[in-house]
Amino acid sequence: MARQIAYREALREAMVEEMRRDERVFLMGEEVAEYNGAYKVSQGMLAEFGPRRVIDTPISELGFTGIGVGAAQNGLRPIIEFMTWNFANLALDQILNTASKMLAMSGGQISCPIVFRGPSGSAGQLGAQHSTAYENIYANIPGLKVVSPSNGYDAKGLLKQSIRYEEDPVIFMESEVSYGDKSEVPEEEYYIELGKADIKKQGSDVTIVSFNKMMKVAMAAASELEKEDISAEVIDLRTVRPLDWMTILESVKKTNRLVIVEEQWPFGCVSSEITYQIQKEGFDYLDAPIRRITAADAPLHYAPNLVALALPDVPRTVKLVKDVMYLNK
Amino acid sequence: MPTIFSKETYLYWYELMQLIRQFEMMAEEKYKMEGKIRGFFHAYVGQEAIAAGCMTATKPEDLFITAYRDHGLAIAKGVSVNSCMAELYGKATGNAKGKGGSMHFFGKSVNFYGGHGIVGAQIGTGAGLAFAEQYRGTDNVVLCFFGDGAARQGIMHEIFNLAMLWKLPVIFICENNNYAMGTSVERTSNVIDIYKLADAYEMPADAVDGMTAEEVHESVTRAVKRAREKGGPTLLEMKTYRYKGHSISDPGKYRSKDELEEYKGRDPIQRLLKNIYDNKFATEEQIKNIDARVEQAVAESVKFAEESPFPDDDEVLKDVYVDPHYPFIVD
Ligand SMILES: Cc1ncc(C[n+]2csc(CCOP(=O)(O)OP(=O)(O)O)c2C)c(N)n1
Ligand SMILES: [Mg+2]
Repeated sequence: MARQIAYREALREAMVEEMRRDERVFLMGEEVAEYNGAYKVSQGMLAEFGPRRVIDTPISELGFTGIGVGAAQNGLRPIIEFMTWNFANLALDQILNTASKMLAMSGGQISCPIVFRGPSGSAGQLGAQHSTAYENIYANIPGLKVVSPSNGYDAKGLLKQSIRYEEDPVIFMESEVSYGDKSEVPEEEYYIELGKADIKKQGSDVTIVSFNKMMKVAMAAASELEKEDISAEVIDLRTVRPLDWMTILESVKKTNRLVIVEEQWPFGCVSSEITYQIQKEGFDYLDAPIRRITAADAPLHYAPNLVALALPDVPRTVKLVKDVMYLNK
Repeated sequence: MPTIFSKETYLYWYELMQLIRQFEMMAEEKYKMEGKIRGFFHAYVGQEAIAAGCMTATKPEDLFITAYRDHGLAIAKGVSVNSCMAELYGKATGNAKGKGGSMHFFGKSVNFYGGHGIVGAQIGTGAGLAFAEQYRGTDNVVLCFFGDGAARQGIMHEIFNLAMLWKLPVIFICENNNYAMGTSVERTSNVIDIYKLADAYEMPADAVDGMTAEEVHESVTRAVKRAREKGGPTLLEMKTYRYKGHSISDPGKYRSKDELEEYKGRDPIQRLLKNIYDNKFATEEQIKNIDARVEQAVAESVKFAEESPFPDDDEVLKDVYVDPHYPFIVD
């Protein structure tokens, strides 16, 4: 049987393999070294690479992000870990005003090959300040690429690609609640190109698009629908920017129906952009309005019932699919 | 040890510190054994003398603001234990209607401004609360609490400068429990005496034994007097210790058992009790009565929380805007 490893181990392997290959790569962030990672992604890395390359920082997000951005411009290839993306808000100035704009401002002289990574989105009852999904916010920024994988296999290939081959700043978004998920990851080395969506399940009646942990909802909804003889094609974006809308369009040409499931807030989110592209390029193929489920248009509250209500779930996804198929009375 | 403090002060401190501790012990049990409380949960156990000393050094109109390790200061300020337990349970009767959870306790009516989850953020907000008091010409002051880890955030340095520039009536209280998650203070800076950071802005500062309510009270009293008399801010570094892990999920492998035991040997509640007995402020019988009262209050808070309802489903889109007609996006 093929090897099964956890999402966090896949990420770790990606970093370890690239650090063995390339001296310029280092990992920096809060609790990454001696504590072995707040979520144990970097477990054992200090032991292998030592404190020169696996570096604990004080709680100074703006400061250490600045260090990373400067180091990237001066010949190194940093991996900056944010304990979660909620805390990267403090570092947004360095990411948005410096990293994303360096190449443009310097007329192409100075690039910034850096990977910023950490978990995004809700991890249960953590309250408003620890629960935001940031993909769309960073995807709004030209100069950045935004990756948000749903499983360990994709995460490893995409992270290796980001560290080794991407010359531009990459925003890499994981999920606390997926770190323990097992997936098949081969021993052999592989890379996955950014900007390529992946059809996780073939189908013919409706297209469901999602990414990151909402893929669990999309896939579970597809299995529910299968029981009622509705064949859903499920597309995992894997990369949010650049957005692989061509793969979505090809699917829609076949299914003529599109539902998008994401954890972002609804205003100007990933589904907004997909919807624009698909109505523009695929208007004649659509048999129903494009529909979506996002997080509620509100900060995430703490109470368990309010968390459940605010986030996309399987029953609502199933219902929406039936809506676009005009199966609900 | 003879004392300048009254019997009433001592007994107030004792009851408050016991209430905070017993509340948290009970909540932790409900979290671990019954799963009725979820999310991040950061206990104040070991740090209670700071809350106690700060209370007797201030008046009710003074404002408190802190980080996510907020149970103790909320209870001290007068947020009811019933509403605190209900908040942990995520119930509609919680001090934030079940919307905040452990990290976001609030009590505006008792001048408790929370309960903040982003390390260091409340340092800015706290100075802003003080700015408003100064602007409106009151003599109220703000006690702005943060951890040793937060002292490495840029905002603290910006705010120290602004608070000194404008002589804001704020007392910065760094609760130095020696760890920011798994990172000890020595691993975060060249300057490990945090109170010395005030020197760069010529802000008055002191290092204080945060394990004794008496010393906390005295140092805060001096700082409050200065702030009320328009003398500006003070930084107080309270040396303390947290007995529990950083949060409920932290096994605390980065520190030794001996270290933990040493601090438990200096337990603020036990030390207080010794002073109470030494000064003959209470008999064992009287202390038992206080303990029983505390136990009852905590038990009642559990009952209250368990019997309270969860928030109504339509609360998802409530308390987002004050504007009652805000047109939310609902697909
Ligand atoms: C900006 C930011 N970065 C990181 C975190 C994650 N985090 C939560 S508490 C904490 C440690 C803070 O330590 P300290 O300030 O000493 O307070 P203590 O927990 O000891 O009370 C960290 C790193 C956060 N909440 N916010
Ligand atoms: Mg600390």
